[in-house]
Amino acid sequence: MNLREKIRNWAIPTLAVVLFFLIWEGIVLIFHIPKFVLPTPSVVIRALWQWGRIIAWHSGQTLYTTILGFSIAVIVGLVLGWAVGFSAMLYKALYPLLIAFNSIPKVAIVPILVIWFGIGTIPAVLTAFLISFFPILVNVATGLATLEPELRDVLLSLGATQFQIFRKVGLPRTLPYFFGSLKVAVTMAFVGSVISETVASNRGIGYLMIAASSRFDVPLVFAGLLAIALMGVGLYAIAAILEARLTRWAYRR
Amino acid sequence: MFPAPTFMSEHGARISFRAVSLTYYSTRSCTQAIERISFNVAPGTFVAVVGPSGCGKTTLLKLVAGLLHPTEGEVFVDEEKVTRPLKIVGMAFQNASLLPWRTALGNVLLPLEIVQPYARQLRQHKADFVRRAQELLSIVGLAGFENHYPWQLSGGMQQRVSLCRALIHGPKILLLDEPFGALDAFTREELWLVLQKVWLDLGPTVLLVTHDLREAVFLATTVYVMSSRPGRIVGEKAVQFGYPRELELSYSAQFTELVHELRVSMAREQRERA
Repeated sequence: MNLREKIRNWAIPTLAVVLFFLIWEGIVLIFHIPKFVLPTPSVVIRALWQWGRIIAWHSGQTLYTTILGFSIAVIVGLVLGWAVGFSAMLYKALYPLLIAFNSIPKVAIVPILVIWFGIGTIPAVLTAFLISFFPILVNVATGLATLEPELRDVLLSLGATQFQIFRKVGLPRTLPYFFGSLKVAVTMAFVGSVISETVASNRGIGYLMIAASSRFDVPLVFAGLLAIALMGVGLYAIAAILEARLTRWAYRR
Repeated sequence: MFPAPTFMSEHGARISFRAVSLTYYSTRSCTQAIERISFNVAPGTFVAVVGPSGCGKTTLLKLVAGLLHPTEGEVFVDEEKVTRPLKIVGMAFQNASLLPWRTALGNVLLPLEIVQPYARQLRQHKADFVRRAQELLSIVGLAGFENHYPWQLSGGMQQRVSLCRALIHGPKILLLDEPFGALDAFTREELWLVLQKVWLDLGPTVLLVTHDLREAVFLATTVYVMSSRPGRIVGEKAVQFGYPRELELSYSAQFTELVHELRVSMAREQRERA
């Protein structure tokens, strides 16, 4: 990548973000929208600065539950995805169940988790896990299920076992699908943990936002949203970098 | 101690179809793919099977590979009845179906990671195996492309790699399912010569199914004609031209006449059905 391209890759998104905030600021100022309805970005950023330490502490909690829940989702999603993608019987058996489960709004599960585990960290971790494992599972299963029959025949005619086919062909083949799903799943994990925190926690950004809104401190609510958004972009970027590093063959560059 | 790896198949294997029928059953219907097929392929010969599409040509190959089992009759390879994959066959298809995350060399080496005794010897004899794969790649004209990924290779080159992958474990039988069907005419003729060279050098028995009559006549020692579904053998033609054959041959009057005869016999069969 040459310098010019590098500048373009960074400058354009940055410009878009700045423009977005400027338009927001402009609309609020032009229409005289009061601060407790929609604060301007400058007010939000000031709140972020003012409450920096508290926001950072709660962000840490949210990041912790999200990453933990997401890690469990990666393991469960991979294992179930491989199983479902590889065995037609398991696919038939489990798919209706998995789809039914995925259709349940996760916010409805939080109260149950609270009954089981009390409020705080564990329900947040589990909600993050529950909401984010499905896209991983589906993608990994798809990667396996779309294996070319000819390739399978070549290997079978050599006397390969099912496990060998999985290890030599299936597993590497699912990697691009897997990393593709990580980008979706990691942002969904945030949704899960924040939902749980808003319903049942005394820690985390979700809790902070609920507390702030009960005091009509709308700038602080928005500061919390901004913090979540920043963390989401951060984790997405990490997933994207991993993807580019580990599955370069799928991108032909 | 394991014996040092040997790659050359001493000779090709004999293939015999003995009154083989195969019917596919599904929940709704049953389709008879092939009906009472009997023929022999002598060791080390090159046999081509031609026929209209959907006549069960591919089924023949899968039967030899042990991937399908006859509903009636038996398939023998060297006096052994085929009931499971024999591991002494190599296969190549119309799609090269290479692994995109492996280089040409890595793709060629794949069978050695699976077939015994090679898989066991892989660690010890890696250098020998790699040398053998490089030899094969240079036979098919891909020297210097060992470290290219499939997407960096043209369709014809990918098919050459696929051919090497089918040959690396020294198979006694090479099964080819319209291997050049997706290539342009020039590349196809080039690969006829490559395939002929590989066959003459390594000596496996080759069973090629194709719907290209010129391809069949140019390469094969014997051409069998199949009817449309359910597939039966309706014709047999020995091709007398000596090897190695040059492309010039395919423009000779004798060659054209032979192709024409085959075409007529296929057309006659189709007319009788209609």
